[in-house]
Amino acid sequence: MSQTAKRGSFAGPDDGVERINAVPVRHPGRWVGAAIIVLVLAITAQSLITNPRFHWDLVGTYLLDTLVVQGIGWTLILTVSSMVIAIALAIMLAFMRQSENPLFRYVSWVWVWFFRGTPVYTQLVFWGLVATLYPKIIIGVPFGPEWFSMDTQTVVNATVAAILGLGLNESAYLAEIFRAGLKSVDNGQMEAAEALGMRRSKIMWRIILPQAMRVIVPPTGNETIGMLKTTSLVLAVPFTYDLTFVTNTIANRIYQPIPLLIVAAFWYLLVTSVLMVGQFYIERHFGKGVDNLTKAPVKPAAVAAAVAHAHNPAAPADPEPAAPTSEGGTTP
Amino acid sequence: MTTTATGTPGRAGTDPLVRIEGVHKFFGEHHVLRGIDMTVQPGEVSVIIGPSGSGKSTLLRCINLLETISAGRIQVREDLIGYKEVNGRLHDLSTKAIANQRREIGMVFQRFNLFPHKTALANIMEAPTQVKRQSKTAARTAALELLDRVGLAERANHYPSQLSGGQQQRVAIARALAMEPELMLFDEPTSALDPELVGDVLNVMKDLAKSGMTMIVVTHEIGFAREVGDTLTFMDGGVVVETGNPRQIIANPQHARTKEFLSRVL
Ligand SMILES: Nc1ncnc2c1ncn2[C@@H]1O[C@H](COP(=O)(O)OP(=O)(O)OP(=O)(O)O)[C@@H](O)[C@H]1O
Ligand SMILES: [Mg+2]
Repeated sequence: MSQTAKRGSFAGPDDGVERINAVPVRHPGRWVGAAIIVLVLAITAQSLITNPRFHWDLVGTYLLDTLVVQGIGWTLILTVSSMVIAIALAIMLAFMRQSENPLFRYVSWVWVWFFRGTPVYTQLVFWGLVATLYPKIIIGVPFGPEWFSMDTQTVVNATVAAILGLGLNESAYLAEIFRAGLKSVDNGQMEAAEALGMRRSKIMWRIILPQAMRVIVPPTGNETIGMLKTTSLVLAVPFTYDLTFVTNTIANRIYQPIPLLIVAAFWYLLVTSVLMVGQFYIERHFGKGVDNLTKAPVKPAAVAAAVAHAHNPAAPADPEPAAPTSEGGTTP
Repeated sequence: MTTTATGTPGRAGTDPLVRIEGVHKFFGEHHVLRGIDMTVQPGEVSVIIGPSGSGKSTLLRCINLLETISAGRIQVREDLIGYKEVNGRLHDLSTKAIANQRREIGMVFQRFNLFPHKTALANIMEAPTQVKRQSKTAARTAALELLDRVGLAERANHYPSQLSGGQQQRVAIARALAMEPELMLFDEPTSALDPELVGDVLNVMKDLAKSGMTMIVVTHEIGFAREVGDTLTFMDGGVVVETGNPRQIIANPQHARTKEFLSRVL
């Protein structure tokens, strides 16, 4: 490695400082590992290409099949709507859990206990049967007059049942994630906001929750990706348009399960990847001021305007010296 | 300023802004405040010193209701803190009324407690816009003036993590001032700071004192007490041991405990 040493002598700007150019530690283990991985990949690739039972032609045929594409659509609808419901409920449940009102705390606890304690499959079957259990929805006074009634079947159809089943179940898990997030925020934040005379609900929304999001977003992303695949359980309702059910149906029709599993896996992976990109941006948003400070959220123009403005009314004061720490240690 | 005492005969010639009478505080069995009496006149800088655990923070926290007192009463102007008196009986205040009382009292914490997800400017604008419902423009103008006053106009768009401790504390002071409180509480505002940053914060506090703000300051900065303080109160074990003119007490403490404490911090 004498080359590197030589290269080092004229690297860097012309400031007369000779940079250290240490010989890096060698990692022979990494080379061995890489070789093994390449080998395994090669074997896998070979089998994927040469094994005719994968039926790549069928994968190609069905990848963009109308039913499959609609299946993706339904799976996305189920995922997004149930997560929206779950997040809204979870925020409410987490706030209730921290409330000063004991009734709220109790209700929140029981909700989590129940929906987390029963299988999602059971809950989905239940929501599918709700119309049988309560054929009519009646609004009125108990034992008194009826104001309004309608068939349950028209309100809680298979789609609604599926979304409710998934969303309510998920809300219990998310409520715990949100609760952990809220607890992770330093108590001093609540006190500082209280000392300013802010009301509790406002403190939660504007001060505590935005900071808690840093902790909440990663596991919620995890849950969303989990939900994408949990939607395949909606056949319990029964709901029969989602990606898993559709690909299964096609597989059974043409007696070719493998290519359709690949089709389904491909789409789930693709959607998951898109979700991961979304999560990256959401994390970056809520990391503002704490993480990623190198990205300098300070807009020079805004600072200039602020300074100009602040110095306008008063006599122009001396500008603040640059970061006081920068001159530390040089006492004359 | 010198209105004659009507409500409290026998006291000093002005109506005190803060009146603390026989205040006790228990944390469970732990008797932390054991009958505190104290008054603060409008415009007065009242400095509290005392050893760790003597109840200084607890007393400040009781004044703006971060803790509730177990016995006694605290009055800020005519307002009884935390309660309302109806036919001689105390009733707890609603959360709304508590929030209203707190608006009149600014608090500066040892650990700054700035909102880390908001810029210095947004930290200061938060309460005026959200609590007082000021317009964004008005709040921004006021906030920029406050930042200028604490010498941080250039740092308006910095996040707290991009500021030094002393700068953060000055923003925290500006944030409290934005609500235009009539009383400011400082709980050891400089004790989390590197020594070379303490001066900037103390200077801001001195200016504030000069502007006539009523301040209760818990601090270990004896120099500040001597120079800026109007009264000095020495607390130990949950009681006020000695109170009076700071320069006299520091030069010539009357109680053995005060003497011993001062000899340790001076
Ligand atoms: N929330 C609480 N629960 C139980 N005990 C508490 C609580 N807060 C304070 N204490 C106790 O009350 C006593 C007084 O505490 P306080 O913080 O008021 O002291 P201090 O005079 O401010 O001390 P320091 O100079 O260290 O800040 C201490 O013994 C402390 O342990
Ligand atoms: Mg303290």
